[in-house]
Amino acid sequence: MQLFELRGRSHHADTAFRWTTIIAATLVLVILGLVAASMTQRALPVLQKMGPEFLTSSKWSAAEDHYGALAFIFGTLYTALIALVLAVPVSLGVALFITQVAPRWLKRPMIYLIDLCAVVPSVVWGLWGVLVLSQHFGLGRSFATAGVILAVMITPIITSLAREVIETTPTTDKEAAIALGATRWEMITATVLPHSKGGLVGAVMLGLGRAMGETIAAALVIGSALGQLTVNPFASGNSMPAVIANEWGEADDLHKSALIALAVALFVLTIIVNLIATWIVQRGRRT
Amino acid sequence: MIPDLRAKHTWRSRKSTLMTALMIAAVVVLAIPLIAVLYSVISRGAGSALSGFPDFFTKEIPAISRREGPGMGPAILGTLLVTGAATLIAVPLGVLGAVYLHEYGASSRFARTVRFMAMVMTGVPSIVMGLFVYVMWTMRFGYSAFGGALGLACLMLPVVIGSTEQMLRLVPTQLREAAYALGASKSRTIITVVLPAALPGIVSGALLAVARAAGETAPLLFAVGAAKAFNAHLFTEANTALSLQIFNSDLAFPAAEGRAWGAALTLVALTFLMTITARVFTSRLALKR
Repeated sequence: MQLFELRGRSHHADTAFRWTTIIAATLVLVILGLVAASMTQRALPVLQKMGPEFLTSSKWSAAEDHYGALAFIFGTLYTALIALVLAVPVSLGVALFITQVAPRWLKRPMIYLIDLCAVVPSVVWGLWGVLVLSQHFGLGRSFATAGVILAVMITPIITSLAREVIETTPTTDKEAAIALGATRWEMITATVLPHSKGGLVGAVMLGLGRAMGETIAAALVIGSALGQLTVNPFASGNSMPAVIANEWGEADDLHKSALIALAVALFVLTIIVNLIATWIVQRGRRT
Repeated sequence: MIPDLRAKHTWRSRKSTLMTALMIAAVVVLAIPLIAVLYSVISRGAGSALSGFPDFFTKEIPAISRREGPGMGPAILGTLLVTGAATLIAVPLGVLGAVYLHEYGASSRFARTVRFMAMVMTGVPSIVMGLFVYVMWTMRFGYSAFGGALGLACLMLPVVIGSTEQMLRLVPTQLREAAYALGASKSRTIITVVLPAALPGIVSGALLAVARAAGETAPLLFAVGAAKAFNAHLFTEANTALSLQIFNSDLAFPAAEGRAWGAALTLVALTFLMTITARVFTSRLALKR
């Protein structure tokens, strides 16, 4: 009797539940679509006014209503590059340590440590960057300081992705290398790295995307200098998200539209990086 | 020439030792900034947060930033309000989305697209979500805690979907089959068998997402406003949050700097507490990975 009731009642409930889950899943696509559409619409006034100059000019002046984002795009890529150069060797080293070297009892505390690094709020890193790192280490507010802070922030992200990828290396491969007389490092270069290459590239790309979009820490330490197109790492500069965060408060309508246009450019840039990264990671998982 | 594989101290074994030493050095390099930031936050924040306890957590923020005195109460309330509302929005939707992906969609084209896009969405910069919420919500309804919650929810949604789907994958198929064999419908199986089995993992994934969201500043920047008084209303009037207070504090004044460090300490303690709770849930996980 009880079972009969279960089946009898559940037909409509079943369909309703199924559709609820479909709607929830579709929300991801809806939000991404709305982000792209609504922001592009708000950015149009400036994009129409400036045309391609929005991307090729490095002059950004609210007083003259001239908005060229080149210097900010450069600053974003440059700080992200500094961050990657610093973060990748450390992340790889830590991931290899956890998976290949650490004794079993140490693995879990290590993973906790990485989690805690990842969860320190970006504004706290920024505060520390402004008041401690830039003052006591002579870096000032510069590309270099921003790069170091971004590196600290993306290292845990790259590490935990790299760890997941590396852990999928078949134990038999590793044992075969050891049985052939390989040292631990030879075993790593012969089996672990070739096996995880794709996934590791994906992890680094995801880290790159994160570094490019990181706002608050960069806004606090990068120095907010306009029109800086220099590779001198100790110069003050600016990055796209930092400009948005710092200038929004005193922006009028067209200026706001320019900042939204900047966000659209940042969105496109990070989406491209993330599409490539996701594609690489998913391809790596399948094989 | 065949190398003597049994020799103890060849250049090969030395190279391996050197590389192992470099890996250990990498761990040290990873730990240094964390220890340094914790040291700064505790040594500089504890003074202002704990002097005249509990004033710092209950008093309003001084209206003039150079004025001495405690007060981050409204920011603590605001952070809890914004993060709580974001959790109530993002976690149920994220879990439902993951249920679709794993239990219904599986490897269909639509499910694969959603899965892919959810991964892409985790990479959307938080400042972009902040402006998105400004355009969609704040321009129409003005500053409120709810606007900030919407921004945080957008950031949390794909993370919750990802972690929940991973947990659903660990639920043995036999459990589902046993439920079907007893005559349960698919939705009843999911609600009464699959989700409870995966619950500790889902909770832990959600808590990690909440911890990360609680520290976010960028999505709140254009939506929440900068109130200095208590505001317990979710939908009306400007509110504030700990992260916003730190970002906007006028570091030229020692009093404001002290309050910023105190707020940083409170925020770090809050996020660490949630992260550690999440890990406790994971280690109690009924299902083994």
